[in-house]
Amino acid sequence: MTTVSDSSVPVVASSVGPPPRKLRAARRRRTTVFRWITVVIVGGFFLIPLYSLFESSTKNLGGRRVWDAWQAVGSLATADDPNSKLLWVGLRNSLFLVALTLIIMLVLLVPTMTWIRLRVPWMRRTMEFVCLLALTIPAIVLVVGLAPIYRQISHILSTDTIWLCFAYAVLVLPFAYRSLDAGLDAIDVKTLSEAARSLGSSWTGVILRIVIPNIRSAVVSACFISLALVLGEFTFASLLNRQNFATAIFQVGQDDGRLAMALSLVSLLVAFVLLLVLSLFSHSRKGRKGKTA
Amino acid sequence: MTTSPLAAPSLAPAGKERGGRRSFLLALPTVPFFAYVAVFLVLPTIIVIVESFRNRDGSFTLDNARRLFSANSMSVFGQSLALSATTAVIGSVVGAVLAYAIVTGSPTGPLRKILTAISSVLAQFGGVMLAFAFIATVGRNGFVTKLLADWGLHMDTTWLFEFNGFVLVYSYFQIPLMVIVFLPALDGIRPQWREATETLGGSSWTYWRRVAGPILAPAFISSLLLLFANAFSAYATIAALTNANTVVPTAIRGAMINEVSDQGNYPQVLALGMIVVVTVVMFAYARLQKRATRWLG
Repeated sequence: MTTVSDSSVPVVASSVGPPPRKLRAARRRRTTVFRWITVVIVGGFFLIPLYSLFESSTKNLGGRRVWDAWQAVGSLATADDPNSKLLWVGLRNSLFLVALTLIIMLVLLVPTMTWIRLRVPWMRRTMEFVCLLALTIPAIVLVVGLAPIYRQISHILSTDTIWLCFAYAVLVLPFAYRSLDAGLDAIDVKTLSEAARSLGSSWTGVILRIVIPNIRSAVVSACFISLALVLGEFTFASLLNRQNFATAIFQVGQDDGRLAMALSLVSLLVAFVLLLVLSLFSHSRKGRKGKTA
Repeated sequence: MTTSPLAAPSLAPAGKERGGRRSFLLALPTVPFFAYVAVFLVLPTIIVIVESFRNRDGSFTLDNARRLFSANSMSVFGQSLALSATTAVIGSVVGAVLAYAIVTGSPTGPLRKILTAISSVLAQFGGVMLAFAFIATVGRNGFVTKLLADWGLHMDTTWLFEFNGFVLVYSYFQIPLMVIVFLPALDGIRPQWREATETLGGSSWTYWRRVAGPILAPAFISSLLLLFANAFSAYATIAALTNANTVVPTAIRGAMINEVSDQGNYPQVLALGMIVVVTVVMFAYARLQKRATRWLG
């Protein structure tokens, strides 16, 4: 080490005097330029298709501005035509699915993850493996395997779209797990729950009144990512012949392209705003390092 | 009741050491989770694997597996692998550059928030909507198509529904996914490492070549593999774009629709092929991910 740097050190030392500050400033300027050029180019690539959605949804083939598609979006809930009905049913189904999926996801994950941290840490690897498996198996493969299971569910429960929530809970599992895991890492679950228990709290109380409030922002971000995944989900619904929001947009797109494009843009923008709000939420979640159970 | 909270903490180590019955009882509260996953994740996977080795009347056969190596299946898998590899490389390189551009800015600034929010939407929500977005852009009456036509450039728009079009559309969710998965790795880079390099006389090139590059390499390659698996599994966008069965997921759709007239369990066989590919990729991903967190945790 020393022999190698022997010759280079003096050279460096001479140039380390006053210029570096200027050098560093120059580099910072270059970095800023690089940053904005990259953001403008890639941002343009992101934005052009979105702007095109707006253009194409408001222009007829002759190139005139028409707003009928956007009026149809506005009166989705009240209009009587088949397309609006289809979309309304799809949207309602998707919203119910979001609610049910979130409940299943939280009920399955939060108590189990807390318990594993407290009492059976050796099972953590297994749980991580399960979540990696859920990330690995493609949705389209799951559909093939779930088809016979859903045939049984149709017999026992019904063919209602709402039962897709079981499959969706698996779909959101790896993402929700990652988010909740980071949240639990940031708090000292063990001490907190022991404190609660020694003050006479039940296990339900520990989960509801100690763990969940402490990992609130992780829960919120797990919910948001699940919400985005479920609202946009197409694979399961379309191949198992259920109607959700994405399949409705797809079907409408077969005969009313402008309406489908307007809806695509609206839903992308709504999802964007939701996730932006989330990022403002999770701003306070900084102190991740340190005490880990 | 009052004594149990005091006794409870001491149970944990004892249970671990003695193993057996006690740890089994301790694991009981995790049963609902694992039972659920067994029914809705493990069981479907097993069904796919078992069914692909059975024929219609339920007896064991290798005929289906042989169909996996038919010219038709091979070309579909080839197309899928080529598409996934191409878009994984494009997505990871462009995404990494964009992620780096984001990291050089303020960690709490609006630029980062807006770009990560856009990335999440495009990577995880899009699907069908992205297909419409590209039909609106470079489809027959698309915005860019018309714009180019106004400038005298008439474009043949059928390419959108072929390989190059798929590459374009896939990049639209691959680049954002790279941003999301690579940002945390870049966040782990400490400015001190660069200062240390400079103090020792290293240039920017030395820093990237000898310090940041090797540290980021495992994270980069594992992200690339994740992107590959993501493209390989993607269904919604391409299904909304075309009815042709050009990639494995759409071929599965085709096989599921024709299932009645089909003699073998072709959807299951194709799905088995996908499982094999994705398992190999994700195994490498998980291994690299562990390495990646050694420095960047």
